[in-house]
Amino acid sequence: MKGILGTKVGMTQVWQDDRLVPVTVILAGPCPVVQRKAADSDGYSAVQLGWEEKTTKASSKPELGHFKKAGANPQRHLVEFRDFSPEADQVSVEIFEQGQKVDVTATSKGRGTAGVIKRWNFGGLPATHGVKKKHRAPGSIGQRKFPGRVYKGKKMPGHYGSEKITTLGLELLEIRADDNLLLIKGAIPGPNGGLVVVKDSKRKVS
Amino acid sequence: MLCVADKEAGELIMKYNKGAILRSIEQPSIKAEVPEFDTGDTVKIDYKVVEGTRSRIQAYEGVVIAKKNGKGARATFTVRKVSFGEGVERVFPLHSPLIDSITVVRRGRTRRSKLYYLRDLRGKAARLRTDAGRQEADRAAARTAKETTN
Repeated sequence: MKGILGTKVGMTQVWQDDRLVPVTVILAGPCPVVQRKAADSDGYSAVQLGWEEKTTKASSKPELGHFKKAGANPQRHLVEFRDFSPEADQVSVEIFEQGQKVDVTATSKGRGTAGVIKRWNFGGLPATHGVKKKHRAPGSIGQRKFPGRVYKGKKMPGHYGSEKITTLGLELLEIRADDNLLLIKGAIPGPNGGLVVVKDSKRKVS
Repeated sequence: MLCVADKEAGELIMKYNKGAILRSIEQPSIKAEVPEFDTGDTVKIDYKVVEGTRSRIQAYEGVVIAKKNGKGARATFTVRKVSFGEGVERVFPLHSPLIDSITVVRRGRTRRSKLYYLRDLRGKAARLRTDAGRQEADRAAARTAKETTN
């Protein structure tokens, strides 16, 4: 499935006819092909793309060997795309078509240790009627002597965010090949400046 | 715009200008000519209203009490008027294609950028002083524009 790596630049709005449309701007590619995997030698076919050049000083020697083999500059991020074999040794935004649907994968914003209201959308306890110091608490987490334990998977406070999130079926509004920009309708996961992976949508159009 | 050599380190690092990129995206959505007006000015807005298949133009006149959301395509302004004793406020996107025209009816003199205090005032107290200087400048500009066309 064809795809590309990029950086989330930020969001804005543009007028389309009489509607103000929310737009996320992604700076994507050109990504050098760092490695090609074939079914014969590797058991599956894929292509490894790099994104964001880094200095040789910031790279380890094994890494430098890997990049030298491909004839590419050292890259900060390496991502594999299964069943995608670009002809050129670079992938640019032109692999996509305007108006098609894409899936965007990124690491969501980290929220640290979060309570159940933020993390699981619990309602919390009442503000009055005798509730004291427990307004954002989860409430009861189980039953009685039977089952005598808390069920696995119980939604509780804990670490929230900084996880891999894929948003499916986003519309690709515009491709600016000259500036290597992709304009996607709506929001995508992650902070501005974060790594994003844009792929053809796997959601079937009914 | 993409990969710029960092002169001090002498190696490649990625740099991009977020503001410049976002401005270039918004640029086509920004109207070339928007009349200059400020909070306190009384403006008349001709707004296109679509009813079924027909579209007509509806006028809305009132005092601009706020301009918000910067200089980009997202800029909006709030217009307040008192209609049959009831205060009405409408927020218009400055670059909306539905706005046919904006005409400045009167220049008002204000000492702040947001005139939310007008909401608490009624009748005579809710008037704004005319900014004679700016109004005169408008008239002079209109005169010269007329002469050049002649």
